[in-house]
Amino acid sequence: MQRFLDLCQDVALLWQNYWPGYLNGVKNTLILALIGTVIGCVIGLVCGILNTIPYSKSDPAPKRFLLKLIRIVVRVYVEVFRGTPMILQAVFIYYGLPYFTYNAVQWPSVWAASILVVSINTGAYMAESVRGGIISIDPGQTEGAKAIGMTHFQTMTSVILPQALRNIMPQIGNNFIINVKDSSVMFIITFTEFFAFHRYITGINMMYFPSATVEMIGYLTMTLIASFILRWVEKRMDGSDSYELVQADQLTMAAGTYTHPDKGTPFDERSKEHRERVRQELKYGRPKGDR
Amino acid sequence: MSELVLEVRHLSKSFGSNEVLRDIDFTVSKGDVTAIIGASGSGKSTLLRCINLLETPTSGEILFHGQNVAARGTDPCAYRTKVGMVFQSFNLFNNMTVLQNCMVGQTKVLRRPSDEARATALHYLEKVGMAPYINAKPRQISGGQKQRVAIARALAMGPEVLLFDEPTSALDPEMVGEVLTVMQDLAREGMTMLVVTHEMAFARDVSTHVVYMNQGVICEEGTPEQVLGNPQKKETQDFLARFRGQ
Ligand SMILES: Nc1ncnc2c1ncn2[C@@H]1O[C@H](COP(=O)(O)OP(=O)(O)OP(=O)(O)O)[C@@H](O)[C@H]1O
Ligand SMILES: [Mg+2]
Repeated sequence: MQRFLDLCQDVALLWQNYWPGYLNGVKNTLILALIGTVIGCVIGLVCGILNTIPYSKSDPAPKRFLLKLIRIVVRVYVEVFRGTPMILQAVFIYYGLPYFTYNAVQWPSVWAASILVVSINTGAYMAESVRGGIISIDPGQTEGAKAIGMTHFQTMTSVILPQALRNIMPQIGNNFIINVKDSSVMFIITFTEFFAFHRYITGINMMYFPSATVEMIGYLTMTLIASFILRWVEKRMDGSDSYELVQADQLTMAAGTYTHPDKGTPFDERSKEHRERVRQELKYGRPKGDR
Repeated sequence: MSELVLEVRHLSKSFGSNEVLRDIDFTVSKGDVTAIIGASGSGKSTLLRCINLLETPTSGEILFHGQNVAARGTDPCAYRTKVGMVFQSFNLFNNMTVLQNCMVGQTKVLRRPSDEARATALHYLEKVGMAPYINAKPRQISGGQKQRVAIARALAMGPEVLLFDEPTSALDPEMVGEVLTVMQDLAREGMTMLVVTHEMAFARDVSTHVVYMNQGVICEEGTPEQVLGNPQKKETQDFLARFRGQ
C-alpha cells in the first residue's frame, strides 16, 4: 500500500516538473499518428482501387498488361512493408537516403522521415483492407449501377466506396491506435515523441517506473479517446434507424415515424411477421401452394 | 407492323467450353411485351444479360435501332440508359435512400440538374406507389417495395426497353401481386418489355409474345395463345405440363 502512495507521489512529482515535456511528446505522437494514418489511408485507398479495376479477356492487351503490372507492384509493396518491422523500415529509410546519395541528400527533418515511414507502413495494411472492403460489397449493386449506365468510376465513387469505407472504419481506427503506440519506435531515428521523452527524462533522473506509469496512463488515455471518437463517427455514418413516411400530397412534411423492428439482426430486411413465418416454415415446412 | 427496336441475330454465348446460348434469333418491336419462359438453366438470364451487355456475347449481333451494340468499341453505358434492367435480387444501392437511388443515375449519367432529377424520380416513385417511402433506406423496406423502387429507378432513366429477370421470384407470394400490377400498368402504357418469368398467368394475360427456351436455344415462339394454349413442340408441351402439375 505504502508503495502505491509512493508511486502516486513520484508520478505527481514527475508530472509537476516535466509536464511540458510529456505533453510535447503526446502532441508529437498524436500528430505523427494522425498524419501517418491519413496519408496511409489515402495510399491504401489508391492501391485498393487500382487493385480492383476489372479487366476481361476482350480488353486491349496494353490495358491488361498495365493492370496486371499494377497488381504485382502493389502486391510487392504490401508484402515488403507488412512483413518487416517498422523500426527497421525507419532505419532503412532514414539512413538509406544519405547512403545511396553519398550524403548529397539528407532528410530535411526527422518529421518528414517519420511521417513517410508511418504512412507507407499504414498504407500497406490498408491496401488489403480496402481491397477486402471493395470486394465484400455485393456484386449485384455493381450490376445495378452498370444497368443504369454508370461507368466503373461512377459506380466506385457513388456506390461502392461509400459502403466500403464504412465497412473498413474499424480497421482505420485500429491502424490509428496501432500508430499511436508503434510510432514510439521512431526514437531510433531521434524523433521526439511521447516515449522518447521517457527515455530522455529517465536518463537524467532514473525514475524508470514512475515515468513508465505516466507513459502507460498517457497512451491509454490517447487510445481510449480515439476508440470513443471512432465509435461516434461510425454511428454517425450509419444514419438513423428510422425514417419518416411522407404523405403524397405534401412531399416535404413529415407524417409519422416508422422504426424498423429488426435493425441489426440477421433478418434486418424483413418484417417481424416474416421472421415468425420463416421460423414456422423451418419447423413445419412451407405451406402448400407456395413455391 | 411497328418499328423494330431490338434485333438479336445469331447470338451465342459460351462460358469456357459450356455453350449456354446457341444461335438465338428474335426481334422486339416497339410496345411488345415478350415473356421468356423455360426451365432453370436454359439460359434465360444469360440472354437478358447479353442484351444488356452485362455479358459479352461470344458471337452474333444485338441490333438496337439497327446499330450493332455488341460490336467492339461501342459505349455500353450510353446504350444501357436506353435499355434498363430490373433484377431478381433488386440490386438497390444500400448506401442511398429510395429517392437517391432513383436520382443518382439521372444526375451522374444523364447529367440532369438535381431538381429535375428529383421531380422525375418522384413522378415514377409515385407511379409505383413508393412516394411515401422516399426517405427510407433499402434495408428498411420489404422485398416487393424494393422491387418497385428498382422499377422506378430504371424508369427514371427514360429507357426505351426494360428487361426484367424474374422480378418476382425472390418475393414472398403476397408481394408478387404488387410488382406484377406495376408491370401490367407499364405494359398497358406501351412500354417495350422483355420479361423472364415463371408467372404463367402474366405471360398469358399481359405479354404479346412468348418465347420458350430450352437448353440454350429458342424452342418455340409466338403469341401467348399459340405457345401456351396450343404448343406444337413436344418440349414445350412437357414443360407446360410439368408447370401445371406443380
Ligand atoms: N458466369 C457464368 N459462368 C459460367 N457459367 C455460367 C455463368 N452464368 C451462367 N452460367 C451457366 O449458364 C447456364 C444458364 O444459366 P442461366 O442463369 O442463364 O439460366 P436461367 O435460364 O436463367 O435459369 P434460372 O431459371 O434458374 O434463372 C447454366 O448452366 C449456368 O451454369
Ligand atoms: Mg435466371
